[in-house]
Amino acid sequence: MGCRVTKPNKQQRIERERAIVSVPASHTAVTAMRAALLIQRWYRQYAARLEMRRRCSWNIFQSIEYSGEQDHIKLYNFFGCLMDHFTPASSQKKWISHIFHESDAFQEMELERYFSYKNIEVPDVYSGPHLTFPLTISNVTELVDAFKNKQKLHAHYVMRLLEKTLMLLRFLPNINHVSTCKYKEITICAETPYVFNGDFVDRGKESMEILLVLFAFQLLYPHDVHLNRGNHEDHIVNLRLLQKIFSWLPLVTIIDHKVLILHGGISDKTDLNLIAKLDRQRFVSAFRPMRGEVSVRQLEAERDDGRRRVQSLSYGAGVRLRPEVPRHSLHSASRRDVGSVEEELSERRRLAVLGLTSDQGSAKDLQTEAWRQIVDVLWSDPMPQNGCVPNDVRGGGCYWGPDITQKVLDRHKLQLLIRSHECKQEGYEFCHNRRVLTIFSASNYYDVGSNRGAYLHLGPDHIPHFKPFQASRSTRELTLRQSVGRTERSALQALRMLFFTHKSELMREFLQHDPQHTGLISLRSWVVAMETVLHLSLPWRVLRSQLVSSSHDGMLNYDDWFNQLSIIQPNAKIANTSLLETLYKHHSNLETIFRMIDTDHSGLISFEEFHQTWKLLSSHLQTNISDKAISELAESIDFNKDGSIDINEFMEAFRLVEQSRAERKPSPTSAERTTNKPTTTQNLSDITC
Amino acid sequence: MADKYNAETIISETHKKISNAFDVFDHESNKTVDVREIGTIIRSLGCYPSEAELHDIIAELEEEEPTGFVRYERFLPTMTKILLERKFRPITEDLLLQAFEVLDQQKKGYLEPEELNRYLTQEGEPFTQEEVEEMLSAAVDPDKNVILYKDFVSMMTIDDHR
Repeated sequence: MGCRVTKPNKQQRIERERAIVSVPASHTAVTAMRAALLIQRWYRQYAARLEMRRRCSWNIFQSIEYSGEQDHIKLYNFFGCLMDHFTPASSQKKWISHIFHESDAFQEMELERYFSYKNIEVPDVYSGPHLTFPLTISNVTELVDAFKNKQKLHAHYVMRLLEKTLMLLRFLPNINHVSTCKYKEITICAETPYVFNGDFVDRGKESMEILLVLFAFQLLYPHDVHLNRGNHEDHIVNLRLLQKIFSWLPLVTIIDHKVLILHGGISDKTDLNLIAKLDRQRFVSAFRPMRGEVSVRQLEAERDDGRRRVQSLSYGAGVRLRPEVPRHSLHSASRRDVGSVEEELSERRRLAVLGLTSDQGSAKDLQTEAWRQIVDVLWSDPMPQNGCVPNDVRGGGCYWGPDITQKVLDRHKLQLLIRSHECKQEGYEFCHNRRVLTIFSASNYYDVGSNRGAYLHLGPDHIPHFKPFQASRSTRELTLRQSVGRTERSALQALRMLFFTHKSELMREFLQHDPQHTGLISLRSWVVAMETVLHLSLPWRVLRSQLVSSSHDGMLNYDDWFNQLSIIQPNAKIANTSLLETLYKHHSNLETIFRMIDTDHSGLISFEEFHQTWKLLSSHLQTNISDKAISELAESIDFNKDGSIDINEFMEAFRLVEQSRAERKPSPTSAERTTNKPTTTQNLSDITC
Repeated sequence: MADKYNAETIISETHKKISNAFDVFDHESNKTVDVREIGTIIRSLGCYPSEAELHDIIAELEEEEPTGFVRYERFLPTMTKILLERKFRPITEDLLLQAFEVLDQQKKGYLEPEELNRYLTQEGEPFTQEEVEEMLSAAVDPDKNVILYKDFVSMMTIDDHR
């Protein structure tokens, strides 16, 4: 087989290999074996290269996803900063407090308004499902079928369904205890409990439909269908009432007092007794500062460091009390203004339940502690080493080790921890001596063919049986090479979008490597620039060959390269290019801010609100966006000229698309490049990040 | 670029290549990879070892008390040597074609799926069911239900010229 005795030279080796396969027929058996060997050896190398490509695409998607999550954390920190230190002009003050500090009373009023499904009539022409309450199995079957056929459920029924769900959830404890024993009463429902472990709304196109189906099943079989909260149920969503529902989702499910199911994980501070007692619905979002409380510990750490490194929201060096905020600060003033007596009473009651006095100091500690427990449960990831360290990739929760698993599980006399939160190639993965199981049910998470999903069936012996699957039929029909190719193309396209949105920074970096302004940089410099600007731990050297198509003598023309990324926005009306990049880069944060501003959920915001948003964003980014630029942008977006901006249209206008080859403009000649230069520098100074 | 052929440069470029490939599978960023990924890493660097050769390499790389992990500090020198000595050289398109021709004893110009399946799962270093299914799914012509190996080889080796 392999030659290990001597080291023949190249010529001898080729001859020898040729000889192996062209021996006369009498040695058929031996040569057939050798031929098979050759083919096997070749194919395994080919498969390994494919695997490498697949793994790289995966890493790309994951890096981008986690870095997006970090962006959200930064937004949170920004809002926290705003509340603590920003002393806005009086006109802004009212507006900001309106967003952040609604009282309970106000929220209840809103809810009533939203749940007033009685005012929403179902027209005769409606051909979708009609739900009756309490739900019957035929209702739910009809609902599922309708969604499969791409029909919609009428708002009237949506509201009723959501209202019923909220009513149900309010009665559930933070920690849901489930038993696999058969029920003594005879019921017509399934005998097997189902647990859904969070992140119901994420990437798929039909998040709302999925949610409604889950809620419907939960209403139908309340003892058998259990939903845990995930970290994606945290995003500041459009519908306030959905937000409310999410905040009421239980945090943890425990089966037979032996199996612990939660979305993210645990930390060394995880205390199920504390989790059981806390007031979960107060913690609507890890990103939205709690009423009357903001954790600035990490903010201060960041500021002290002067570094851009994202640190964990919750896991830090112990609980530090907030520094004393002067009495006249923004939020305490507004808090006093709105229903303060009732609030204080309910606060005291709550503290009494938790066994504490109403001393201000420890109340804050406890809120912080409760908040930390929740963030740890929703955001943490396991690691192979012992110990517990901040999860700086996610920006929230921690990385916990096998020793922590043992400690926490043993402390509460539990055997197995089942969690989700991380996408796994085969849909599931054990770790920590098989005491921690990650289960991930969304197949094709990053793209068609990227991964399998799995669900598991837990028998009465609590031994898991896995059912992996791949949702898309088309995936199964693709060859391995085709599906790897597809995922890879998506990953690379995602990277190209990223380059586009970081164009200014990248250009600045390239110019550093090209002080003579020749327009050329070495391929090595390209790699260094990528590493410096993007902060994604990716193998840029390896990726370079796929992202840089034209280089000459090891040098790259970076202007050409940017043009070849072929990405434009579809709406040519939006002329102001200096804001464009900021818009693209902070797309999702912008959307978050917009939706918070649009307090009546009309989908429209006024020019004034639009203006305020940009002001907020620019102070967050520490950039200088002129009033004039904002006004111009606002006017160009107000397509129907009625003085308000449709949020959805605005977002649509900025979706990045790939330019078709036919439309691609030729790259500028060097003469054009010289004249273009002033514009480039102008852009750079406009956005002074 | 005159210094391209400088030995030091070659070695440092080689080290970078190895490091990049290793990092892809270093999931915890602690400079270790699961021993089961070593084959993929070595092959992705352009080498064509047989399974037996791979086992020998892994035996060299493992710790005295096998942990299931391979450390970078052990991997780097071994892999550098493999690359610089150009061990486990690629199988050319010619050679691959000839191998198929050998299996096609009746000189039909194609192979039946069952034929190829049999050879690959019973001879040499046998494929697993999964491996053979994967290969056949790409190799079998969907209309004629046979493996037109000449076309197949041309198609598969296009990637090599990237």
